[in-house]
Amino acid sequence: MLEQLEELKLNALKELGAITGIKELGLWRVCYLGKKSELTRILRGLAALPVEERKLSGAQANRVKADLEATLSQKEQALREAQLVVAAEKGRMDVTLPGRPFPVGHLHPITQTIYEVCDIFASLGFQVVEGPEVEWDYYNFEALNIPEEHPARDTMSTSWVDFKTGDGRRPMLLRTHTTSLTARVVESRQPPIRVVEPGKVYRYEASDATHTPMFHQIDGFAVDRGITMADLKGVLYEFARRFFGEERKVRFRCDYFPFVEPGVEMAIECLVCGGSGCRLCGNTGWIEILGAGMTHPKVLQRGGIDPEVYTSFAFGMGIDRLPMLRYGIDDIRLFYSNDTRFLSQF
Amino acid sequence: MKVSLNWLKEYVNVSLSPSDLAHRLTMAGSEVKGTQVIGDKWEGITVGQITAINPHPNADRLRLVTLDLGTEQPTVVCGAPNLRLGDRVAFASVGAQLIDGHSGQVFRLKSAKIRGVVSSGMACSERELGISDSHEGILILPAEAPVGIPLADYLGDVIFDLDVTPNRPDCLSVVGIAREVAALTGQRVHLSEASYEESAVPVDQQISIEIAAPELCPRYSASLITGVTVAESPGWLQQRLLKYGMRPINNIVDVTNYVMLEYGQPLHAFDYQQIKGKKIIVRRAAGGETITTLDGVERLLSEDMLVIADEEGAVAVAGVMGGACSEVTDETASILLEAANFSPASIHHTGNTLRLPSEARMRFERGIRPELALPALKRATQLIVELAGGKADKGLADIYPGRLDHKPILLSTDKLKKVLGVEFSLDQIVAALTALGFDCRTEASTLEVWVTAPYWRSDIHQDVDLIEEVARITGYDKIPATLLGQPLPRQNPEPILSLKQKVRHCLIGYGFQEVITYSLTSLEMLNRLLPESRPLEPPPLRMANPMTAEQEYLRPSLRANLLATLSSNRKHEAVGVRLFELGKVYLPQPNDLPEEPEILCGLLSGSRQERSWHGGDSAFDFYDAKGVIEGLLDKLGVEVNFEKGSDASLHPSKQVAITIAGNRLGTIGELHPKVVAAFDIADAVCLFEINLSQLLPFTAAHKMFQPVPRFPAVERDIALVVDDDVTHYRVQSIIRGFPLVAGVTIFDVYSGKQVPTGKKSLAYRITFQPLTHTLTDDEVDKIQQQILDKLSQELGATLRRQAP
Ligand SMILES: [Zn+2]
Repeated sequence: MLEQLEELKLNALKELGAITGIKELGLWRVCYLGKKSELTRILRGLAALPVEERKLSGAQANRVKADLEATLSQKEQALREAQLVVAAEKGRMDVTLPGRPFPVGHLHPITQTIYEVCDIFASLGFQVVEGPEVEWDYYNFEALNIPEEHPARDTMSTSWVDFKTGDGRRPMLLRTHTTSLTARVVESRQPPIRVVEPGKVYRYEASDATHTPMFHQIDGFAVDRGITMADLKGVLYEFARRFFGEERKVRFRCDYFPFVEPGVEMAIECLVCGGSGCRLCGNTGWIEILGAGMTHPKVLQRGGIDPEVYTSFAFGMGIDRLPMLRYGIDDIRLFYSNDTRFLSQF
Repeated sequence: MKVSLNWLKEYVNVSLSPSDLAHRLTMAGSEVKGTQVIGDKWEGITVGQITAINPHPNADRLRLVTLDLGTEQPTVVCGAPNLRLGDRVAFASVGAQLIDGHSGQVFRLKSAKIRGVVSSGMACSERELGISDSHEGILILPAEAPVGIPLADYLGDVIFDLDVTPNRPDCLSVVGIAREVAALTGQRVHLSEASYEESAVPVDQQISIEIAAPELCPRYSASLITGVTVAESPGWLQQRLLKYGMRPINNIVDVTNYVMLEYGQPLHAFDYQQIKGKKIIVRRAAGGETITTLDGVERLLSEDMLVIADEEGAVAVAGVMGGACSEVTDETASILLEAANFSPASIHHTGNTLRLPSEARMRFERGIRPELALPALKRATQLIVELAGGKADKGLADIYPGRLDHKPILLSTDKLKKVLGVEFSLDQIVAALTALGFDCRTEASTLEVWVTAPYWRSDIHQDVDLIEEVARITGYDKIPATLLGQPLPRQNPEPILSLKQKVRHCLIGYGFQEVITYSLTSLEMLNRLLPESRPLEPPPLRMANPMTAEQEYLRPSLRANLLATLSSNRKHEAVGVRLFELGKVYLPQPNDLPEEPEILCGLLSGSRQERSWHGGDSAFDFYDAKGVIEGLLDKLGVEVNFEKGSDASLHPSKQVAITIAGNRLGTIGELHPKVVAAFDIADAVCLFEINLSQLLPFTAAHKMFQPVPRFPAVERDIALVVDDDVTHYRVQSIIRGFPLVAGVTIFDVYSGKQVPTGKKSLAYRITFQPLTHTLTDDEVDKIQQQILDKLSQELGATLRRQAP
């Protein structure tokens, strides 16, 4: 019996050693360890043996079974590892082929810029508000200290809507600046106020590389007790620092806008020549970025805010110029001709 | 406005370099846009006098000219026709840098042999010197030009091109800029009152003045100069006008222009003999009245225009242009010289109506002060007497109904600090304002001052105007930069803004390109959206003054310009295009501003996949557009209904309306083939459009959290055979009505040989989701049977096959 077991073990191991596939392991297991295998038969037949022999043979048979099972398990693991090695080696392909395309969308560069600028001012406590593009003369001009025949009206050629009042006046227009919304905000809100007003504006102008009849602006407006021109300077410098970078020099000079006093123009050092003078900056070394100032007392008064109690600043800038400067775009019309070969670059 | 540095130096000492001066002026409000240096390249060019002119031995058209340069007397060959003995000219020696009169190229002068005669040097034209484009003859210098000095010392100059802001008409003058320079550099302006000899005849006896429209003419003053000789102006005067781009005419007109540049007050000279009745009447034009202006054009006037008239009719359009009948000519012997002040609005209106821009008009429009009239009038009278001879009558005629003196304004150090955020002492304030010519009375106070603006300033009305003066004279760079220290105001974000942002980001996630098209469009473009031509209803909002026909109407939808954008992009995009725009449309309202809802409109056209080696070349269709909207609305947490659509621009059977609670919010569909063709697009175009302003209220509700299921879901597939006209929506609605049904997905739609004619097969996967226990097969079978029974009863559906 013992020799029989030994022979069985040797045969089984020999056969197992020759196996190269995982599937064959299953057959081997059925053959040597299965319900109908010789070993099982021997184990079942133990009961019929005398006690001594049963003890001896039983122990031996169980040892053989354990050995076979252990070796099988080792063999199986070895084969699986070999299989993984083979799998990793198989399936060579040209990995330089492009991947399956996922469509990539883009926001319009103007939208991106508006969001970026608004985020900067939002972090300084300014809330974004929007307003009508078709506007009354009153909010676009009158309420901003620009009565009829004011020379400032000549600098903002206006597109008028074909709408006449009973007395023959034509009071409806396409807003020439987002400052018209400031005139509405001053009327509808109570201080403290901190808002930025992005949006489309319109001018009665022919298109060329620097003009389009429609473009974008953002105005800002703050009212509170104790707001000063130093605060205006600080807020605008902070904007310039974050939008144009730490190193960019900024200039703050006197300028005139009817709805502020004192008035300010902020310019940055030319991005092309760095201040030495070039075509972009008209040889001045500076690029005008925005107009600003302390809100004119008349504008506040007209909106029902007491200028003796509250002070206020306002600023306004063209949006389109910002990506033009940043990316070196030399023709504003590109933004509105919407060629995807242009737009998809941003 | 241009300003000559040499001229400026007649009124104020300038020690700064031209570029430093330009910087100071710019920072203080008058931006120097350009600086032109005249004469910086004139090395080797001197003032010479012609002492001899002899014929050239070998050429008829050339002459040998000898010049006195003080130290030497060279003889050169010259071809210019305009040479006379005794003339002073600009002589360039060999080595001088000049501009070629024909090519415009810069060159260095060399010694040359011309027709056998050696010529070392030349007399120059204006163009060769770079002064102007004139190259007809050589430049003849004024007789007072000192012989032998470098030309740059005599003619050299720096011309600043200034951008004067509209509030500062006083700066549209040399004297005005001199005052700015003086205040900025701590200098004084030297300006003495003009004086001249007067005759014994009082001017009032020679001319009477009446202002019939004082609301349009605050002041009218005049002088009378008799016995003048009208002639060419002297060289220095012509040179100055030329530097300012003005054409010299004669000594009278040139003086009026010169004094306008100098003082900023426009003047007008009449031929006194032509003034009928020796009477000037400043009145509104009569309806239908005409005048022939200096340019020879007959102009029709209206009652809102102001004219200067004599007893018989208009002799000038006030402040805009003189009349031909009273023009100063060579025969003129007596000059009536006008210095008046007119209402800016009236001048603006008249000038615009007659389309006559002018330097004078610009100054009146910006509101120069009436006080400027007399000093300028005296100065011009003095110059005319000096240059044209004659004698001025005694005194000046002066009618001044619109007198409005400056009132003192109280300015406190507190207020200044409140506005600027930085402290100034009263002494600093007074110093800055006094430098600008303001009258300051402190009356023993150290905290406040009463300030009166000088007569030439028209822009000072309240304390903030004074604060700006102090700030700009001391420099804006003295103001510190601080950040707002106040508590943050309460924020009330506008929900539409975050909705727009979410929508935009969702769509770019789907691979769409955002575009921004013009809000203005043409009727022609809008009509392309209609397969059958008919009037647009309601009519879109029209512009009163459209720049072009392409920009005549405010868009009532985003479609037209978006389709045009698609069309132009399809021409170069080989594969599919996905575009969207999110913007306002303008819907007319009776007697009010239009409604401006925010609209999202998207287009898909062409191939769904990018062309690649992975294959796949199917085209976008209706269901792509619908999928975008379904995905977007799911992200926004809004449930909508899709109903039969009736949009004329869309394919009649390939469209659906998006509704919520009976409100039509938008539409999805394939564009009508005629519309696609009208926009010159080759492939089908699918569109989605949704009114975000209307959608907004339905996005407000927050979704409640749904627990993740604890028991396994069971899926069953069924294939139904139904009549062709049974919609998926009806089947789905019935299935969804059963308990435990958590999802219904259609995965196959078939009609063809395998099903009877007039029928189709719809295959669904139904997901049953238990909440309290694990479902048994029997339970699922039971519900499924109930579902099939109901589908059979209501829709006549039969089971095609049941997947295991
Ligand atoms: Zn530059």
